[in-house]
Amino acid sequence: MSVLVYVEADGGIVKKSSLEAVAYGAEIAKGAGSSAIAIATGTVAEAELANLGKFGASKILHVSDERLNDGGIQATANVVFQAAEKESAGTLVMARSSLVDAIASRVAIKLGASVVTNVVDLPDTSNGFVVKRGVYTGKAFANVAVPGDKKVITIAKNAISPVESGDAATVEAFSANLSDADFAVKRTKVEKAEGDILLPEADKVISGGRGLKAPENWGMIEELAKTLGAATACSKPVSDMEWRPHHEHVGQTGIKISPTLYIAVGISGAIQHLAGVNSSKVIVVINKDAEAPFFKAADYGIVGDAFEVVPKLTEAIKEVI
Amino acid sequence: MKILVCISHVPDTTTKIKFDGNKLDENGVQFIIGPYDDYALARAVEIQGEKGATVTVLNVGTASTEPTIRKALAIGADDAIRVDAEPTDAMFVAQQIVAVAKAENYDMILMGRESSDFNGGLVHGLVGEMMGWPSIAPCMKLELNGDSATMAREIEGGKEYLEVGLPFVAGVQEPIAEWKIPNMRGIMMARKKPLKVIPPVEVEGVTEYQSFTLPEGKSECKIIDPDNIGELVNLLKNEAKVL
Ligand SMILES: Cc1cc2nc3c(=O)[nH]c(=O)nc-3n(C[C@H](O)[C@H](O)[C@H](O)COP(=O)(O)OP(=O)(O)OC[C@H]3O[C@@H](n4cnc5c(N)ncnc54)[C@H](O)[C@@H]3O)c2cc1C
Ligand SMILES: Nc1ncnc2c1ncn2[C@@H]1O[C@H](COP(=O)(O)O)[C@@H](O)[C@H]1O
Repeated sequence: MSVLVYVEADGGIVKKSSLEAVAYGAEIAKGAGSSAIAIATGTVAEAELANLGKFGASKILHVSDERLNDGGIQATANVVFQAAEKESAGTLVMARSSLVDAIASRVAIKLGASVVTNVVDLPDTSNGFVVKRGVYTGKAFANVAVPGDKKVITIAKNAISPVESGDAATVEAFSANLSDADFAVKRTKVEKAEGDILLPEADKVISGGRGLKAPENWGMIEELAKTLGAATACSKPVSDMEWRPHHEHVGQTGIKISPTLYIAVGISGAIQHLAGVNSSKVIVVINKDAEAPFFKAADYGIVGDAFEVVPKLTEAIKEVI
Repeated sequence: MKILVCISHVPDTTTKIKFDGNKLDENGVQFIIGPYDDYALARAVEIQGEKGATVTVLNVGTASTEPTIRKALAIGADDAIRVDAEPTDAMFVAQQIVAVAKAENYDMILMGRESSDFNGGLVHGLVGEMMGWPSIAPCMKLELNGDSATMAREIEGGKEYLEVGLPFVAGVQEPIAEWKIPNMRGIMMARKKPLKVIPPVEVEGVTEYQSFTLPEGKSECKIIDPDNIGELVNLLKNEAKVL
């Protein structure tokens, strides 16, 4: 049975997380002696899709229906299901995103498949099919046996590091059967910060907490983020007070991120905050209180006043990159 | 209007997670209503106040979850159902919810965007698909107007606004409502509110949680002198190799 990978694009460009999903799917296919096929929806450049061959896809199905650009949950779930049926897919792999998180369950029911989300590593297939997934909000991992011959898996960022090899693959138009019922939920408006580096995808993240005192003090955080090519994030009280937009809030009740570098400025490091960021590869903490709990979870720390340290750090980084 | 609110019973968010063999070490652990589920309950109770809805809370759990269910009743739910079973995975929980929902005519099913133990983020979509209803998550705003609702859903870097006809399932998060704290009167009244215990329906093919591990602890944090920021940049570049 083949492996199907759902590929998401943003502004016509395939997301980096989807490249990871293709590489992940290709690994599973290789182990099972089958092939990995990708399915993409909406407007995506043909060359972008063909390029997925280099990450291990043998063929790419493309449903170019523009109505799917609105990211409809019901409609996208139905398309992915139909592609899985067409290709008799045993395993469906998707990289976590706001859309994938919403469709994985629906596709699983349509397929009669088992479903596991937030998988952090390749499966262990030595005895059945066992995956490692994050549980207790980042505080632990579970090894979960997934029964049955149909499986839906969503993977966390960095579950695999994709390497480019191989050749471009063929792109095949696929037309799914969609009815008006699939589009019953209407999108009326989108509010999106354009041009920013999106937090869930970001490789580096600079985060500010209540220690920054007021929203107008975020200039230096943004400056540091710009210098590093990083996304900005914040603690919960900061978004609760509307100093920063809600989608920047990380932690137990916010977004969970796993960048390679997380710099926390003026954040105490409450357990609920750590839950969202503790799978970052390297954590740097800047806090004026040497007793702040965040230092226990950090790799590097500076005990000092953020208003002095951050601008100096930005200057020092500019000198080396 | 009838609203079903699904609540999980999970360790308090400050809990240091430890395992006792293959299961959570519950020693000294305080259990709470799942933080996101608490938002779902709060919004349902607001709608009850605004439009006169009845709010039923549902939990799939053993008898040990009853204090958590009573707390939901004290916050303002009208009655409660407990499906008497260990919630082994999202599919199991979803099937129990669907069995209850199919026997009644709910106008909406509200729950959290994800549980803080399994973190599956699955139950709302599973229930929505099995009911043949739309499922919206993470839903951060929900306003009813007649037989449809306006919702805001969080997407990467912002939000989208949606128009959704009733009935639907929503998996919610803040700032949909403010958490509600039960008052004395609510606690007194909760004792007399009906809590029905029903047996589970049979479910096949659930996933099996075989073992748990804890993340690797960080080694000692290196403290760098604020007057020597160059040293931090040097370490990030040459030791951690992240610049
Ligand atoms: C159910 C629940 C869920 C929660 N979920 C989340 C979540 O998802 N995310 C989250 O972040 N929180 C969450 N919280 C809240 C969490 O418990 C903390 O209250 C919160 O993280 C604190 O935010 P903070 O560190 O920005 O603020 P504070 O705790 O006030 O810390 C401010 C820090 O700034 C430092 N500081 C002050 N001035 C300076 C300066 N000039 N220079 C440098 N440092 C300075 C201080 O020493 C202090 O350590 C949750 C709480 C609950 C109960
Ligand atoms: N045992 C349970 N009983 C009732 N509702 C639950 C249970 N477990 C999860 N839920 C609901 O389903 C939501 C999503 O859970 P999950 O898919 O496990 O992340 C939670 O936020 C709860 O509202």
